[in-house]
Amino acid sequence: MLFCVAGLLASSVLAVAAHRRRLASRSVYGVSFVISLIALAGALVHLVTAPSAAATATLPLGLPWLGAQFRADALAAFFLIVVNLGGVTASLYGFGYGRHEQSPGRVLPLYPAFLGGMNLVVLADDAFTFLLSWEFMSLTSWALVMAHHRVKDNVHAGYVYLVMASFGTLALLLAFGLLAGTEGNYAFAAMRGAQESPTIGALVVLLVLLGAGSKAGLVPLHVWLPLAHPAAPSHVSALLSGVMTKVAVYACVRVLFDLLGEPASWQSLIVLSLGGATAALGVLYALMQHDLKRLLAYHTVENIGIIFIGLGLALAFEANGLTSASALALTAALFHVLNHSIFKNLLFLGAGAVLGATGERDMERLGGLIRRMPYTSFAFLVGCVAISALPPLNGFASEWLTFQAILQSPDLPQWGLKLMVPAVGGLLALSAALAAACFVKAFGITFLGRPRTPAAETARETDRFSLTAMFALASLCLLAGILPGLVIDALSPVTLALVGGRMPLQSDVAWASIVPIAEARSSYNGLLVFVFIALSAPLAAYVIHRFASHAVRRGPAWDCGFPDSSPSTQYTAGSFAQPIRRVFGTSVFGAREHVDMPRPGDLRAAGMHVELHDPIWETMYAPIAGGVGATAEKLNRFQFLTIRRYLSLVFLALVILLLVLAIWP
Amino acid sequence: MAVIVDLFVQGLQMVLVLLAAPLLTGFVRKVKARLLRRRGPSVWQPYRDLARLLRKEVVLAENASWLFRVAPYLIFAATWVAAALIPTFAAGLMFNWSADLIAIAALLGSARFFLALAGMDVGTSFGGIGSSREVMIASLAEPAMLLMVFTLALIAGSTQLSTIAEVMSIDETGLRVSLALALIALIMVAIAENARIPVDNPATHLELTMVHEAMVLEYSGRHLAMIELAASLKLLLYMSLIACVFLPWGLASPAAGAGAYLVGAAVYASKLAIGGFALALFETVIAKMRVFRVPEFLGAALMLGLLGTLLLFVSRTL
Repeated sequence: MLFCVAGLLASSVLAVAAHRRRLASRSVYGVSFVISLIALAGALVHLVTAPSAAATATLPLGLPWLGAQFRADALAAFFLIVVNLGGVTASLYGFGYGRHEQSPGRVLPLYPAFLGGMNLVVLADDAFTFLLSWEFMSLTSWALVMAHHRVKDNVHAGYVYLVMASFGTLALLLAFGLLAGTEGNYAFAAMRGAQESPTIGALVVLLVLLGAGSKAGLVPLHVWLPLAHPAAPSHVSALLSGVMTKVAVYACVRVLFDLLGEPASWQSLIVLSLGGATAALGVLYALMQHDLKRLLAYHTVENIGIIFIGLGLALAFEANGLTSASALALTAALFHVLNHSIFKNLLFLGAGAVLGATGERDMERLGGLIRRMPYTSFAFLVGCVAISALPPLNGFASEWLTFQAILQSPDLPQWGLKLMVPAVGGLLALSAALAAACFVKAFGITFLGRPRTPAAETARETDRFSLTAMFALASLCLLAGILPGLVIDALSPVTLALVGGRMPLQSDVAWASIVPIAEARSSYNGLLVFVFIALSAPLAAYVIHRFASHAVRRGPAWDCGFPDSSPSTQYTAGSFAQPIRRVFGTSVFGAREHVDMPRPGDLRAAGMHVELHDPIWETMYAPIAGGVGATAEKLNRFQFLTIRRYLSLVFLALVILLLVLAIWP
Repeated sequence: MAVIVDLFVQGLQMVLVLLAAPLLTGFVRKVKARLLRRRGPSVWQPYRDLARLLRKEVVLAENASWLFRVAPYLIFAATWVAAALIPTFAAGLMFNWSADLIAIAALLGSARFFLALAGMDVGTSFGGIGSSREVMIASLAEPAMLLMVFTLALIAGSTQLSTIAEVMSIDETGLRVSLALALIALIMVAIAENARIPVDNPATHLELTMVHEAMVLEYSGRHLAMIELAASLKLLLYMSLIACVFLPWGLASPAAGAGAYLVGAAVYASKLAIGGFALALFETVIAKMRVFRVPEFLGAALMLGLLGTLLLFVSRTL
């Protein structure tokens, strides 16, 4: 595994040297593809054959008395699969997409380094290596976000990302410092054995949620994510959204379930409420967007919320000793990690194909692409159905498991949880329904209808490598959806190691059903549902075409007798979301609509303006940014003092310090 | 042998719901007409309409894509599968185990997803207005439905419909506040999902308030037949669901004889008749509401569902 990382890093160094060559792009992506594939296979083999054994390695780097320690246990192996699956498909996609890149020198060297960094975070087994890899991952991804730094918005996105990433690393640094204790046991093995006092444990939980949560995109720390993820080249966006957020989830799982001792029930309350708020707000934000890639980025926020709901439930059950329910909730969360990485990669690659074919990310300027790009639109449709949690695809399987976990929760004794869990269940249901609405909008406005601009009208289907990557991911969506039992069984060593329990062995259940607790309580069979639909739809079509009528006549659209030839009479992204904006947006975003109607005789065009406020940015970040700015403005005066005043300042500081020392008990 | 019988009964159920669905639609229309002192078309009229539509050629808009042509069959298949999974005359059928109540709700969600996409395919303003309103209604109706499912699942300890029906039919379950809330929520969701008055009007065309009919405006011929059949199936599905959960008496037990099945079928038919009559009566006495009043209506259903679930979290006996 380490050899793979070394290979990735080496190829990035080579890419620095060779990025001007003609074949550089192909060879970098080719090498990344091969190495990720090897790492993926290695992690799969490890998880399936020897899940309980942990491969360890120590390199003479890092802290002199500790070295850099690496360890691949079941949890790490699962997340390595997620990381490298993303790596494989993004590299394959980059093979074709990379040719359009205007500044390959800013992407090629950093791309394999970024992949290697994510692998290192998952493998790290001591705090020093972990933080170093984490920061390496953050910086390479920041540089990739800034690849097209001449676009104005990207600079802002990069700045916000850099601030949030530094803040997150700082929080993680403090968390690991507290975990290491006064003796400085930086190895994870020592942290596992140590018993923290409740105050330290509480602080660690909060700091990890701040640090890893800001990278994952938990509300209200998500602000950088929808800015930064769309700014990068599309296959990097896929990695940022589909994979790097999962590395942050890994950090949370590693600390909360593995390194810290017994969880307390109030921790789960925090995680649950953060998860619920993230899921509902993320999807509402997404519905208000009309930039395709930004919409997808906000959806990542929503899915992170769903994952954290699962994690919160697992913590709550574990704190109360309900092992099998805890295993169910953790399996649901990890299954959703895998699923989200698959379909979010797929959707970002699809959005990249659209961007490559039309040069547009704004949905209001697209439309009708299903006729120009049939294969891309099919793959994108599969991703849309999967992310909307509709059976028989994979998104439904993991959300179904999360719902089943929620139904186990009346057994919890704490009143706070008893009241919180149904509310979170309602939020989860609401976000699932809104996600479907959002993807009807995303697919319908982008791919259906009539083209709104010449760019959309003349779009060309994307290249074969990109299509192969997308179709590989789309078939994984279907496979994981109709055979979820395989994934659940593969996850059992992870839950066994973390919460000491597992879901029932799914391969024993007849007809490839999945059973969370017992068959009398609930079961779901994705395979059968898929077979039913796949049989009855063509059967109906065949019977009707054979015995009734198969004649088709093409004519102009009916539209109640008033068809309008101008594509601008279609529904747009803004008008599609208008009912939902009125229902939810008025209270959440303070949405206001102003109709600007010119007076008779005035030749100005009439218009409607929508005013939206970002509640979190305006109430939290704008005051902080304002405060920092004002303080900096005040401190600025100290830059232009005479030498005499500087010396008196130094003297004053000395006196104050001495006074403090004198008073200190 | 037992497997073959099970399979046969399951197949019978699938055919039964398919054949009975247009009859229920026709029955509701007939009762409604009689209540308005009109004679109304025969209850068999929906079958004649379907047969006529099936024989006609399809007029497709020039820019309609493959999705537009595939969607009717997908919508029909998803709805049919969902309807076949609900116990109608007998519980514990072979494939009842393959999907629980959450999966059935999600299958209907799949059907709606494709219907809303089909509405946007041709790129007309009516299709867009229908799809946009449909997803707005669904975004409130689906969570209300799921919270209702939570309430039932917490009482029955299962999300399987057969198990729920069994638990509901024994006396210990009794009358509960949470069940009453769930029933009201389910009825409100059913009215919204089936595009009935006061949410939508199944009899209108060319009205700006319409939702379902606006989405399917571009469909004709066999495609329209599939969509109409799916709409009838959906109405039947919700009625069967209410009957199976809240009036579970008369359901034949698994592996009962042909006699029990016949009794079950007769009881089922009378339940449908009562449900259809109630729906027609309700639609006659109430006026349609403005589109932007619908969220308040469904928000009430959502809150009732949440309240029912919360009550059960507070005490298992409520």
